[in-house]
Amino acid sequence: MQRIRDRTLSKESFVLQMDGIGKEYYGNRVLNDISLAIRPGEIHGIVGENGAGKSTLMNILFGMAVIHSTGGHDGTIKIDGKPSHISSPLQAMQLGIGMVHQEFMLIPGYSITENIKLNREITKDNIFSRFAGERVKTLNVEAMQKDARKSLDTLNMNIEEWAVVSGLPVGHKQFIEIARELDKTNLKLLVFDEPTAVLTESEADRLLDAMKHIAQAGIAILFITHRLHEIIEVCDTITVLRDGHLVVQKEKENTDIYELAEMMVGSRITDVTREIPDISAKSTILSVKNLQVDMPGESVKGVDLEVKEGEILGIGGLAGHGKLGISNGVMGLYDSTGTVMFRGTPVTLNNPFSVINQGLAFVSEDRRGVGLLLNSSIELNIVFSAIQAHNEFVIKRGPFSQMDDKAIRAYARKMIKDLDIRCTGPQQPTRRLSGGNQQKVCIARALALKPKLLFVSEPTRGIDIGAKKLVLETLVRLNKEFGMTVVMTSSELAELRSICGRIAIVTEGKIAGVLKPTDSDVDFGLMMAGEINAAG
Amino acid sequence: MQQVNSEQQINRFDHVKKQILSFGIPRIIIIIFLLSLWIIATFLDIPFPRLLSDTIVRWGMNGVLVLSMVPSILAGTGLYFGLPIGIICGLVGGLLAIEMNLVGFPAFLGAIAFSVPLALLVGGAYGWMLNKIKGSEMTVATYAGFSIVSLMCIFWAMAPFRSPEMAWPIGRGVRVTISLEGRYARVLNEFLSFDIFGVMIPTGLILFFIFMCLAVYLFFRSKTGLAIKAGGENPRFAQATGIDVDKTRIIGTMLSTVLGAVGILVYAQSFGFIQLYMAPLFMGFLAAAAVLIGGASISRATILNVLIGTFLFQGLLVAALPVANRVATLGSLAEISRIIVSNGIILYALAQKSGE
Repeated sequence: MQRIRDRTLSKESFVLQMDGIGKEYYGNRVLNDISLAIRPGEIHGIVGENGAGKSTLMNILFGMAVIHSTGGHDGTIKIDGKPSHISSPLQAMQLGIGMVHQEFMLIPGYSITENIKLNREITKDNIFSRFAGERVKTLNVEAMQKDARKSLDTLNMNIEEWAVVSGLPVGHKQFIEIARELDKTNLKLLVFDEPTAVLTESEADRLLDAMKHIAQAGIAILFITHRLHEIIEVCDTITVLRDGHLVVQKEKENTDIYELAEMMVGSRITDVTREIPDISAKSTILSVKNLQVDMPGESVKGVDLEVKEGEILGIGGLAGHGKLGISNGVMGLYDSTGTVMFRGTPVTLNNPFSVINQGLAFVSEDRRGVGLLLNSSIELNIVFSAIQAHNEFVIKRGPFSQMDDKAIRAYARKMIKDLDIRCTGPQQPTRRLSGGNQQKVCIARALALKPKLLFVSEPTRGIDIGAKKLVLETLVRLNKEFGMTVVMTSSELAELRSICGRIAIVTEGKIAGVLKPTDSDVDFGLMMAGEINAAG
Repeated sequence: MQQVNSEQQINRFDHVKKQILSFGIPRIIIIIFLLSLWIIATFLDIPFPRLLSDTIVRWGMNGVLVLSMVPSILAGTGLYFGLPIGIICGLVGGLLAIEMNLVGFPAFLGAIAFSVPLALLVGGAYGWMLNKIKGSEMTVATYAGFSIVSLMCIFWAMAPFRSPEMAWPIGRGVRVTISLEGRYARVLNEFLSFDIFGVMIPTGLILFFIFMCLAVYLFFRSKTGLAIKAGGENPRFAQATGIDVDKTRIIGTMLSTVLGAVGILVYAQSFGFIQLYMAPLFMGFLAAAAVLIGGASISRATILNVLIGTFLFQGLLVAALPVANRVATLGSLAEISRIIVSNGIILYALAQKSGE
C-alpha cells in the first residue's frame, strides 16, 4: 500500500519543492515554516504586503549571499525531486532556475541579441582560436540571432533582434529580460518578481499572455505581485504570505480577489476599540491641491488632501506608489508643483527653510541619510534646526552669534528624559545609538521647532518592537497633550490603524481613498492593491 | 572575585587599545620618529634648546597656513589643496604694503587689510567653481593651485610695482625673492619675545596664531559656522533644514582662502622674505600633511588637529635636517625625508575611507 502511494506521488513530479523554509536575521525571524510545490507548466502566485517575506523566500531560492552570510536557512529545497543545496545564484542558474528582475539588468549599448546571449555566446573557430584557444573564437552572429529570434517569438515580440536596447521602451526591456531567461536551454522554473510594476496596462496584459505561453511549454512559473487581479487571471495556485507566515495556499478556482485581499492584510489590529476623536467640526490646517512630486521611486502624481487641525492622519500604501513623496514634497526636499495652504497662507514649495518657518516639521524616513548628523553629538542634532530656523539656543551680539551651551545642554537633557533616549550622555555621537534611539533624536529635533504640524515618515522602520511602541506612544501623546497635528506615513498598515483617526491610501501616485481604522481588511487590501478607488 | 578582576583588566586593556587606535597609528609613528630624532640629536651634540626654539618658531609661522585647511574640510570640500590661491592673494597684499611704503606693524596689518578683500573675492569665485565639480574637489583643487601659480608667474613678471626693493633693476616685473628687512620682517616674532632656558619664545607670533585659532573656533560655534559644518557632514540633512549647501561651501572656501592669505603673510614676516613665482606651488601639500598628522581626515578636522599636527610636522623637519646631515653626508637627505613624510601622510589620509 505504502509503495503504491509513493509511486503515485513520484508520478506527479514537482519541479520545485520547498519544505519547511525558515529564516532568521540576527535573532529576528522573518520566515516561518513555508512550504510550496510547483509542477511543470504551473503558474504559482505569491502575494503579500511589503515585508511579508516574499523577497527573502526568493533570496533563499537563488542562494543569495545575504542568506548564507547570515547563517543560512531552515528547511529543504528539492529540484526535480532531488534535494539541492543552493549556495550561489550561479548554482541556481545551473539547476534551471531563472529570474526576471524588477530592475532591468541589461547593457544599454548592446543589441537585443547581444544582451540575450551575453556570456552564453555561440562561437565558431577562426585562425587564431586554433592555437590561442577558446577565448579568441569568433562570434557566430547568425546562430545567435536565430536563437534570440526564437525566444522573442515565444513572447510574440515582433521587434528586430539586432536593435540596440538603450532606446527601447520600458515594456520591451522587460520582455528582453524574459527572452534572455527563455534562451537558457535548461530552464525549468522562471521567477517573475513584480514584473508588471513598471509596465502600462496593455504591456502588462501582453506579459500575462506571454507567461501563459511559457507555462504551456512546460516551464513552471513563480509569479510575485501586488496586483490581485493579475494573480487571479494567470495563476493556477496561490500562496498568501503575511509577516513571514504562510497564511493559505489555494487553487485559483476556490478563491477570489476579496478573500486574497483580506488574507494579505490580515487582522492584526490590537487597539481599534479606542476612541477616535470626531474631527468633522475641526478646521482644515493643511490643504494640498494637485501636488506633484518628482521623488525617484516614490513620485506623486496629483494628490489632493485635507488635514484637519489636531488629528493624526495616516498615509498608507504599498512601496513605490508615492506615499513617501507627499511629505517629502510638502517639506521641499524634492521638486514639486501644486498648491499647498497651511493655516490659510500658501506654502512656498521647494523651499525647506520657509516651510519650517511656517511651523511645519518633518521626521524623514531616511534616518541616517537625511535625519541625522551621525558624527555630531545628540544635543547638537536636537537643537540644530531650531538654531537655524528660529535663532534659538544661540546668544546673539550684533552680527555675531554663539551657541548657548547651557541652554542646549538643559534642553537636550530634558528631551533625553522625556523621550527616554538611551545614551551615555548628551554629547554622545548619534552614530553610536541604536535605530530606535536615533529615531527619538530625530523626533526631538522636530519637536525643538515647536511645530504646529508634524510629518513623520516610516517612524518605526528598522527599529525593534519595544522602541516601536514607544515611538508611536510619543506621537499619540504629542497629539493629545499639545494638540499637535500629526501626519504619519507608514508601510505598516497595522501601526497606522492603531494610532490614526483617518488613513489615506496612496496608489499610483494618487490618493485612492480615505479609510477609517475600523474599516474592514478587505477594503484596505483592495484599495492598496489598486482594485477600488475612492471608497472612503 | 578574581574572575571579575581579570575581566576588568581585559576591559581596561581593550579600552587602552581603543584609545591608541583612535589616536591614530600614523600619529603614533610620527611621535616615535620625532622623539628618536631628538634623542639621536642629543647624542650627536646638536643643542636641543635650539631645535626646540626653531620648532616653536616654525610652528607659529606655518600654523595659520595649516589652519586654512579647517574651514574647507568642515565645509565638505576636502583638503584645501587650492592653498596657493589664498597664498597669492596674501602675496599681492604683502607687495602692496611695500609699494605704499609702509613700515613695521602698519605694514603687516596693511598687507592683511589689502589681501583679505582680494581673498574673499577670489575665494568666492573659487568656491563657486568647486560647486560645479562636486565629488572631485581635491583633484581639481590641486590643479587649480598649480595653474594659478603658473599664471601668476606671468603677472609677477609684468607687475607694475615701482618700489626699488621689489622691482628688477631693469625692465618690468618683480624679483623672485624680496627681502622684508626694514619693512615688516619678524614684527610678530619679536613682539614681547623672551628667552627661557635657551629657548626663544616668539610671543607675538604665537599670540597671533592662537588668536586666529580662537577666531576660527568661535566662528564654527556660530549659527553660520554650524550651518557650514552640517553642510559638510551631511548635505542632505542640511538641505532638509533649509540650508543652501552651495552657499555654505562657498563661505567655507572663502574663509580658507582668507586664512591662506593671512597665513603666508605670517610666514613671510617670520622668514624675512617674500618668495614669488613658483614658491607657493607645494605649500598646499605641506599644510595638508601637517593637519593630517594632527589627526584630521579629509572630512573632519579640529583646531587641536592643527595645533598638534603643525608642531609634530615642523618638529620633524627641524630635527631631521641637522641629524641627517651628521649621519649621512648625502646633501638632500632632509629634503627627501620631508617629501616622504608629507606625501606619505597625504596618501594615507586619501586611502582611508572618507568620512567614516
